Parts: sequence; structure tokens; C-alpha cells
Amino acid sequence: MTTVETGAPTTVAAGAATPADRPPRRELGVANVFSHGFLLLWAAMTILPLAWMLLSSLKSNGEIISDPWGLPEALRFDNWGRAWTNAHIGRFFFNSLVVVTGSLCLTMLLGATAAYVFARYEFRGRQVVYYLFVGGMMFPVFLALVPLFFVVRSVGLLGTWPGLILVYTAYSLPFTVFFLTAFFRTLPTSIAEAAMIDGCGHFRLFFRVMLPMARPGLISVGIFNFLSHWNQFLLPQVLIPGDGQDRMLAQGLSSLAVSQGYAGDYAQLFAGLTIAVLPVLVVYVAFQRQVQAGLTAGQLK
Amino acid sequence: MRHGRYPLILSFLLPPLALYGIFVLSPYLQAFQISTTDWLGYSAQADPVGLANFRTLLHDGYVWNALKNNAILLAVVPVVTIALGLFFASMLTMGGRKGRAGVTGVRGTSVYRLVYFFPQVLSVVIIALLWKEIYSPTSGLLNGALRAVGMTDTPAWLGDPRFAFWCVLAVMVWSNVGFYVVLFGAAMQAIPRDIYEAVLLDGASRATMLRKITIPLLWDTIQVAWIYLAIAALDGFILVQLMTNGGPNFSSDVIGLRMYDTSFGSENKFGYASAIGVAMFFLTLSVAVLALRTARRDRIEYS
Repeated sequence: MTTVETGAPTTVAAGAATPADRPPRRELGVANVFSHGFLLLWAAMTILPLAWMLLSSLKSNGEIISDPWGLPEALRFDNWGRAWTNAHIGRFFFNSLVVVTGSLCLTMLLGATAAYVFARYEFRGRQVVYYLFVGGMMFPVFLALVPLFFVVRSVGLLGTWPGLILVYTAYSLPFTVFFLTAFFRTLPTSIAEAAMIDGCGHFRLFFRVMLPMARPGLISVGIFNFLSHWNQFLLPQVLIPGDGQDRMLAQGLSSLAVSQGYAGDYAQLFAGLTIAVLPVLVVYVAFQRQVQAGLTAGQLK
Repeated sequence: MRHGRYPLILSFLLPPLALYGIFVLSPYLQAFQISTTDWLGYSAQADPVGLANFRTLLHDGYVWNALKNNAILLAVVPVVTIALGLFFASMLTMGGRKGRAGVTGVRGTSVYRLVYFFPQVLSVVIIALLWKEIYSPTSGLLNGALRAVGMTDTPAWLGDPRFAFWCVLAVMVWSNVGFYVVLFGAAMQAIPRDIYEAVLLDGASRATMLRKITIPLLWDTIQVAWIYLAIAALDGFILVQLMTNGGPNFSSDVIGLRMYDTSFGSENKFGYASAIGVAMFFLTLSVAVLALRTARRDRIEYS
């Protein structure tokens, strides 16, 4: 290190015109104020809309229209009640919960089993089947939308939750299998071999040994799938048409926004949005490390 | 122990493959076939018309208008998002005061990360509806602020064809930046600290450090970000549909909305909509390949 210090700032110093004896501390101090300013600005730009949504959900419609920046005079939780019951947000919330629970379990089960076979078993045509399968994540869902509608209708599942669960699962499988195949390949083979010598069958080996070992990978991809299923809008929009009460939360919110346009009940819309955001916020703050890791791993496919 | 292998392979592989074949593979293949017919939806009547749909597509002013908007998104969103992401990520991982500990992040890095990333876990529907209210001409947060600083003639934002599209674009950037801050931040953590300490001792400024050290070492990650943002820019359907529905006067239309309206919206021209879908598919594919090609550089590995 001492030798480096004596080497004068020649190599990288592009701005050699600036006096070399300027105290570096001050420059960094200015840069720090500058950078902190921008960081705070962006943080404010992220928080402000959400805080505004929460505050507006507690205001009266008059307050919202006359003074968007004002604080609520009284905390009107009845807005939330109205959104929950009149706009059926509670019902839609429950619907989404049921469908996502179903699709997530099915995705993880089918994804893990398929990935395990691709990672650990040799059979004829394995590569071809694998690439055919994983190739599905390259295509935009848009392209399949029209035929998908008719496929689901022809098997009699249009407008039903099982239909939606199967479709969510089918579209999540390529990425899930891709991710978990890579994960199963990293697990040591020696444990599996030892279990086999001890007389463990193929099925028991998977459920008792391999699946528990793959837990970190399962959690990452599980979080990724949970959020993408929960936030799905396009597929339910096409596959659960109409305006019945069996729709998903995202659909319910969008029709709440449409009816707000006619009825002018702003507070109810904000309350509905807040109700939809809060559970996500709680889960996110509680598991932020896993969520960030799961989603960034998901993006780097 | 070869016994029991095939039952496992078959029972583990067949259900996922069946599901994938029925709901993913067959629709994709059908889409190509439907795109060459004049199918109008609910009747079974569909005559093959060859490439006529694609010829119509070439002369469809609405499609070209939507494509133009997607092209602007493609040119602006990735650049702005990646620039902001890199800037914030480098502040968070090494913007800290130069002290005894060498290169560190600013104070409160983990709180910033927590806040920045949050839009990423929100549903696009919620983001779209919330921002629609923020842009609202009378009761919106934005115009409320403008009036507070004395502006009387506040714009109608989403109701104004000059601004509507750019308002949607800004929301797209807003919702994406946090994700890339975390992504780039994680990649920056992997860069050995002593490289930075060495160039700091050599007198490099922060900007030089970012340009000459961080960006080259992060190139792989930036490339991935580029591809993803490019694909997102070619979509944008949900934001546009919920915020402006393509209006006013098609000024914020995107190709995805065009396709949706042609098939499930105002018309039921399934043949033509599939042709738009096929065109979108090839467009997305070529943009992804192009991004991969132009961004190709040698990978740098830390020894």
C-alpha cells in the first residue's frame, strides 16, 4: 500500500487541470450532500404517492377534491368498510387468495418434480424435452391470448377458478423448471447415493431427501411465483370475463376505478387500493431480504 | 437400484408436460395459424387468407401510431431507468464519506433499498390506478402542488394529448428504478473493494470510478437489465389501458392495447389480432437478439 501512495495521481486523474493539493475531504463532503439529496428525493417520490393514497383513503370525498394535500379532519374508516363490502374488495381479495394458493402449490409441486427429473435422470430425448419446455419463457403471453381463450373454453374451464389455476401454473412452469433444474444440479450427489444404498426408493428419495435440501431454491422461486400470480391482470381479464363476483382482486380494483369515475366516490377507490397494498407491504417488510433475492434471481434467468 | 426409475420419471414428467402442452404450446402454435385466417371470433367460420392480415397491418395507421409510441418507450425507458439505477446503486454501495474503512455506502443504505424496491412488489394495476389519481386535473397530487406554488393554468396531464404518453412513460420508469437499484447494488457488492481503494488512492473522481471501473465490471448485469427493460417497453399494455386507455385521441396507444382491443375490446377480429401478436413476437425477439448482440463484451472474472 505504501508504494501506491507515493505513485502520484497520474493514471486515472482525467481532470488534471484541478489543483492536486485540493483537500479531498471537502470535495467528498459536497458530493455527499449532493448525493444524499438525490437519494432522499427519490425516496420521497416513492413514499409520497403511497402515503397520499393512505391519507386519502381516510378523507371525505369533499376533502379529497378541495384539498389534495390536506390532512384528513377525521379518520373515516367507513371508507374502508364501504370498499370492503359495497365494492366487494373483501370478496375479491378472498378469491385471489384461494386461486393463488392453489396455483402456487400446483406450480411448486409440478415444477419441482419436473426439474428433479431433468436434473437427475438420464433418458432418451431429455435435452429436447427440456429446451422445448423451458423455451416457453421466451414467448410473450400476448401471442397466446386469443387461442388460449378458446382452448380454455373448449375444455369447459372458462370463467372458473380451476381453469385460472391451471393456466397460471402452465405459464409459470417454464421459469420454475429452469430455475429449479439448475438448483437441483448444484446439490451434492453423495447424499442421494448414500440414501439409495440404505434402501431408499426413488420416490422417497425425492420427497424425504432432495426436496428438503432444495428449500432455499424453492423459497426464492416460490416468492417470485407468488407475486407474479397475485399481481396477474391480463390472464384473469381474459379468462374470467364479465363482471361477476368470482373475479380476482386486480379486476375488482380496475372496475372499482371505472365505477368511481361515474359515482365520484374517490375515498372508496383509495380505500380499496390501500386494502390491496397493505398485506403486500406487511409481507414485503417482513421478508424483504428473501423477496429482493427471489425477484432479482428471477430476473437473472 | 434401476428398478423404480421409470415410474418416477413418467409420473413426475407427464403432468407438467401435459399442462404445458395444452395451455402454453398449443395456443402459441395456433396463434400462428389463426393469424392467416379472417376469423371473426364466435362463429366457427374462418377462411384462410394467407398473408392478407399482415398486408393490412402494414397499412394500418393505428398500428403504426402505437408502434411509434412503443419505439419511444424502447428508446427512453431503458436508458433513463438504467442510468438512475446505476446512479442510486453506486451512491448506496460506495457514496459514503471516505473514512478509515475505505469505500462504503451512505448511511441508511438498507432503508433506501427497502423503500426503493417497494413499487416492484405492487401490482401494476395498483400503480396505474394510483398514478391516474395523482395526475387527476382537479383532485390530483401533482396539480395540487402546482397550484400551491402559484400556477393557475394547470395542465390536464392524462387528458392532454401532449402530455398523456409522457405521463405513462414516467410511471413506467418510476415503478422500475428500485428494482434495478437492488439488482445493480447486489452486483456492485461483488466487486472487490480494493480495486476502488486503489483507484481512489490514484486520485480518481467518483464519476471516473463509475465510468471506468463500475460500469465495465457490471456489464453483464446491465445487459440483462437492458433486455428486460426493452421487453417491458414493447409491452406497457396494463399501464396504458388503465391510465389512458390509449387516449386522448390515440396519443398514448401501444401495440399491446391495439391487439387487445382488436380481439377482446371494441372488435372481435381474432385473425387480425393474432397477426398483430405474431408481429409483436418477432419484434420482441429481434429486439432481444439485437440487445444481446450490440451489448456483447468479454466477461470479466475476478480472480
